[in-house]
Amino acid sequence: MNEVLVRSGGLYTTVQDAGRDGHYAIGMPPSGAMDRYSFTIANLLTGNPGSTAALEATYLGPELEFTDSRTVAVTGANSSVTINGASAPMWTSLRVGPGDVLGFGPLKTGARPYVAISGGLDVPEYLNSRSTYKLTGIGGFGGRALAEGDRVPLGRAQDAPAEGTTVPEEFLPEFPDVVELRLVVGLCSYRLTENALNSFFDTTWKVTKDADRIGYRLRGGTIDFVERQQPFGAGSDPANVVDLGYPIGSVQIPGGNEPIILLNDAVTGGGYATVGTVVSADRDRIAQTGTGGYVRFNATDVDSAVQARQDRDAWLHKLRTVLSG
Amino acid sequence: MSTMNAQLPGVFYRRPSPEQAPFIEEGGTVEPGQLVALIEVMKTFNEVKADRSGIISKFLLGDGDEVEAGQGIVEVDEA
Repeated sequence: MNEVLVRSGGLYTTVQDAGRDGHYAIGMPPSGAMDRYSFTIANLLTGNPGSTAALEATYLGPELEFTDSRTVAVTGANSSVTINGASAPMWTSLRVGPGDVLGFGPLKTGARPYVAISGGLDVPEYLNSRSTYKLTGIGGFGGRALAEGDRVPLGRAQDAPAEGTTVPEEFLPEFPDVVELRLVVGLCSYRLTENALNSFFDTTWKVTKDADRIGYRLRGGTIDFVERQQPFGAGSDPANVVDLGYPIGSVQIPGGNEPIILLNDAVTGGGYATVGTVVSADRDRIAQTGTGGYVRFNATDVDSAVQARQDRDAWLHKLRTVLSG
Repeated sequence: MSTMNAQLPGVFYRRPSPEQAPFIEEGGTVEPGQLVALIEVMKTFNEVKADRSGIISKFLLGDGDEVEAGQGIVEVDEA
């Protein structure tokens, strides 16, 4: 069987695909690539369908040794990529052979590089997805992050774009110092005072060390809740409500001072008021904002959120045409 | 004199736990691979190991300080 050898797992490198959709009602979050845009492009550069399982790294990339001829591409966070120690370009179809080693130096900007390999990572599917959900240890490679000595099976290599095929600059994501996130206000924004909602939007929030695939905890301001009598079944924190389903990307503010954005591996429900939801297209940008980074929220509506998603898909479709041209 | 930089963002610690002594004091000697600090991020404590040998001349961060990826954490007088 063809496989890729893991010489170093990096900090937290997992197998992810387009996600385990359709099981939210039983409490199963979708997991899947956090930065869907970069993930999809990595696959396009290796000739894979856009939803093929690839690797998502965090801060420190892995070191991978190939055992056969493959096309590989690195996208996402702005990284120093090497092949056999020599610098190699990101966002480019790279050809590797048996014994070649792909490595990473420190990240320059962003937080999550993606590595796609032609043929994809052929780990077993669980509920129709190869995405890793580490909290319960399912999916991906043994339900966990990659570690030194792992041998990850690869699928049959497909026809890939020519070596050196590169994504034009206009398609590359930006990594601003303060990341702007569009937010649809609700469902429980009625719990905030009017001033608190304004203050939430006026604040530049800093990403704390508690920021991973489950959620991002932020700090930078204090948000006041409307006084109320504690309802039966709700906790005593002003941010508590009686149980509620949590949209992916939703923001809750336990204690009023540490907003949490729930992400791909988050619980699907609980007892905190969600005051808004980051639009799906902008979750790509959260994925590339690491601990110590800054975010701001801008109010938008559902129509704009849907439009943002369609715009991203159209943009990826255009890139597909450019790359195959 | 050279500076070792953090490879990860997070919170910087010089000791294995609050009541224990630092991994190494200023003036101490390090060898490549030696544990000098921890960086906490994503609910894990990640070891920071020396990548060179020499004498620790100065820590650029205090215990519990926030650290950014690429930030200098310690100055080493290379032997």
